[in-house]
Amino acid sequence: MINNPELAKEIIAKRVAKELKYGQLVNLGIGLPTLVANYIPEGVHIIFQSENGITGMGPMAKPGEEDKNITNAGGQYVTVLPGAAFFDSAFSFALIRGGHVDVTVLGGLEVDQEGNLANWIIPGKMVPGMGGAMDLATGAKKVIVAMQHTGKGQPKILKKCRLPLTAKGKVSLIVTELCVIEVTKEGLLLKEINKETTIDEVKSLTEADLIIQDDVKYMDV
Amino acid sequence: MNKVVKLEDLKPLLKDGMTMMIGGFLANGTPERLIDLLIDMKVKDLTIIANDTSFPDRGIGRLVVAGLVKKVITSHIGTNPETGRLMNEGKLEVELVPQGTLVERIRAYGSGLGGILTPTGVGTVVEIGKEKITVNGKKYLLELPLGADVALLKGSIVDEFGNIYYKGTTRNFNPLMALAAQTVIVEAEKIVKVGEFKPEDVMTPGVLVDYIVKGG
Repeated sequence: MINNPELAKEIIAKRVAKELKYGQLVNLGIGLPTLVANYIPEGVHIIFQSENGITGMGPMAKPGEEDKNITNAGGQYVTVLPGAAFFDSAFSFALIRGGHVDVTVLGGLEVDQEGNLANWIIPGKMVPGMGGAMDLATGAKKVIVAMQHTGKGQPKILKKCRLPLTAKGKVSLIVTELCVIEVTKEGLLLKEINKETTIDEVKSLTEADLIIQDDVKYMDV
Repeated sequence: MNKVVKLEDLKPLLKDGMTMMIGGFLANGTPERLIDLLIDMKVKDLTIIANDTSFPDRGIGRLVVAGLVKKVITSHIGTNPETGRLMNEGKLEVELVPQGTLVERIRAYGSGLGGILTPTGVGTVVEIGKEKITVNGKKYLLELPLGADVALLKGSIVDEFGNIYYKGTTRNFNPLMALAAQTVIVEAEKIVKVGEFKPEDVMTPGVLVDYIVKGG
């Protein structure tokens, strides 16, 4: 168990960052996924997209240096890097649905063993809307779900999502503070676990069936 | 041809019950002076088509807070608690549309298309009530065009003919909405004479614009 949520988020962000490769166009969802940008290894040039119309997004603007015309998809003032481009929303979603975005990293409320993702609504409680999440989950070449392994002690990796779906069968990889799981045609393959946990503990905190082979590695974080 | 008018001149064009598209993404690229005008006029029962309902004190969020909106067709309401509250009380109808679908429905209307086919939403609640069409073995949803009576846009630099240049990320939905409404009004941060910027720098051609007002 890793009980400190800040530490858990840091572990997840560090591990997801290792999935990103030189030259890829990447869209990070709001919240935890945004932290991934802090852990990109030196020399790995990643182009970040913001769905409100940027490729080549840089870090948050420093206080006092904000350009009021440049925001990210969360409405925060950001910078752009040399080589950046701005465009309209139709073009931005053409990049997303058209398979031009190599990787999207999204948060999750629930993921299941068929690669389904639910992250946009808790009926009756939280109805923010899907924003760009459905298009990202549907269109990006690789969908990584970055989320804490459990929510209020309850498993979030399920046999079948109970909440309304964001996209059906699109998740490729699940990264939590405890493990890395690949979604395969056969089901969820446990690839790595954190040194601070055990396979048995991961199983006890996961509702979905896990495929466990002999070569489960430790997460490099 | 000079399309620049005073804010007050627009009053006869803006009526109760209208469907309005409003540019902007979380208020970035939203015409705030035109929002002020709607609030001053208390134009009510509006149907608003926009990316989001912004924050309570900015952009479209202010129309929601002022109680002028009957329905929103949008992708995201999470940054404006007032939208959720009014929705739960049954005072505001909310139609949630995936962002990429919303912008394509607007583009479809403005481009004379009968709809668009998108894979987004297949296998989710978004597909309920929609026609599914299989092309080359892949399932798509038929999403229908979306038009409006009026589009309210924000331009960074606008010439007197209505050619628009957008700075930074303020472009977002604005150029698409310029195609999809009967009347197109742009609020300009800066107005210049025709010819002051190059034709290749024009992002929305002035032929689409009916009226220009000076904004802040």
